[in-house]
Amino acid sequence: MSLFLRRFYFILVGLFLSAPLIVVAGVSVNARQTLAFPPQGFSLSWYVEIFADSGWRNALFASLTLATLSAALAVAIALPLSWFLWRRIAPWANIFQLLGIAPFTLPPVITALGLLTFWATTGFYGQPWTAVISHAIFFVTLPLVTLSLGFSAIDRSLVEAAATMGADDRTIFRTVVLPLITPYLVSGYAFAFVLSLNEYIVAYMTVGFTMETLPIKIFNALRYGYTPTMASVTVLFVVLAAVIYSLIARYGDLLKLLGANSGEKP
Amino acid sequence: MRREAPQKLTDYAPLAFPAIMLTVFFVIPFGTMIAVSFFQRQQGGFYTPAFVFSNYERFASLFFANVLGFSLMLAILVAICCVAIGVPFTYLLTRMSRRAQIVWMVALLSVLSLSEVIIGFAWSTLFSRTAGITNLLVALGLMQKAVALSPGFPAVLTAMVYQALPYTILVLYPALVRLDPTLTEAARTLGASPLRAFFTVVVPALRTTILATLIMVFIFALGSYLLPQILGRPQHWTLSVLITDQAIYQSNMPFAAAMAVFLVLVTLAMVALTLFVGRKREAAA
Repeated sequence: MSLFLRRFYFILVGLFLSAPLIVVAGVSVNARQTLAFPPQGFSLSWYVEIFADSGWRNALFASLTLATLSAALAVAIALPLSWFLWRRIAPWANIFQLLGIAPFTLPPVITALGLLTFWATTGFYGQPWTAVISHAIFFVTLPLVTLSLGFSAIDRSLVEAAATMGADDRTIFRTVVLPLITPYLVSGYAFAFVLSLNEYIVAYMTVGFTMETLPIKIFNALRYGYTPTMASVTVLFVVLAAVIYSLIARYGDLLKLLGANSGEKP
Repeated sequence: MRREAPQKLTDYAPLAFPAIMLTVFFVIPFGTMIAVSFFQRQQGGFYTPAFVFSNYERFASLFFANVLGFSLMLAILVAICCVAIGVPFTYLLTRMSRRAQIVWMVALLSVLSLSEVIIGFAWSTLFSRTAGITNLLVALGLMQKAVALSPGFPAVLTAMVYQALPYTILVLYPALVRLDPTLTEAARTLGASPLRAFFTVVVPALRTTILATLIMVFIFALGSYLLPQILGRPQHWTLSVLITDQAIYQSNMPFAAAMAVFLVLVTLAMVALTLFVGRKREAAA
């Protein structure tokens, strides 16, 4: 009885989470330009459209470039910071950890508006690279959290052994710390990448009038005319996110990253 | 290698890049925004440096009080729904096999990463007359003809719960996965039904976790900037939507900045409350 109830509950939650995506997936295979569900006819032309139509292709390219660069910059900020906090005793430096977590904790519209006023004041408003910096600051929290977790998991006696053998900081970092930290580095990058790909408000407020990322393009399409391409892009994004997170789970310990004790459970 | 205090100036070198980036591109923009909130608005979307309180004085209106009241009410409602669904779900999830947990977590993370634009689009499609869920009800003979379910308050609430539920589960997960399983086993041995054990043992043991989660989901929901706009009517707009609207479409940056500062204060008060709850929990443990 209780097993039945549990199944039923999980199916309900699963339905709730997947229902809008099922409808969107159905809409995306309509034969004609209509948002009908169940779909009328079957065609994958709206998936082809993402790459064939120059507007959608450019938006996809802009989003991928933005996500690749901003996630890299976020990791470049987070790695030295979390290494320093792990290596040194400097309580005041924790303020930077706090600054790194703040943009993600506050409502996103605040970070977006702060960056908008900043870029407008400095005269760089609308330049594509401002979006890269803006996203890197907005998402630096993710690599910061995964890396802090990774550093705290390092057995300090390993590092001590290397130091006793005469290795300096640089050698220890390259030969001991980096290999141990790499899974956390990669997952931090992946989280920042996926979220940057989907981010709307910060991108819109910084480069919304000069550049179209995919979320901006979808939003504009919502205002000025629906097309099934919006649905096919949505499906593409969901699949992409699921693939990336599955890879993290395949090659790393996803549950530990999310706060479980490592590998103790059956 | 033991942790040690920095001795030479060069020991601080790794800190330089992160510190500069976070200061220049977070602290200074934040300060700029606060400064702009005191600026004077000019016609045509421009503003000039000044030190006026007129942007803040606009808060003292019935319209603003309504928006604020609605935003808070909506965020509280979303938080309660998410925690009510999320606590039993996460509890059952942590009792499942590792493999099943991973599959669920990948799904939850994927939904959590979705853009608000995409969530808004997906639900507006699900609630539409042509492609919506009412067509299904018509096909089943439960309804006469298909209707549009959005815009409207239920549509906004549903989509926001959808957006915040994966977040809720991820926040609850660490606490629930560490919950001592012997607690419920003891209750079961003494003859309590699983449901009774859940409500009399698990829920009280997690009281402070649940409270902290409620506050965190509340802050998360307060940040929703698009869903009320896509799925609601103008009277369903929240503070976040209003800030976006003033900044982009009304070109009134000073007023938008003033509202953003206000939103920060509300959020910080909530974070302080979370920390307070957390400290009480530590003291109790």
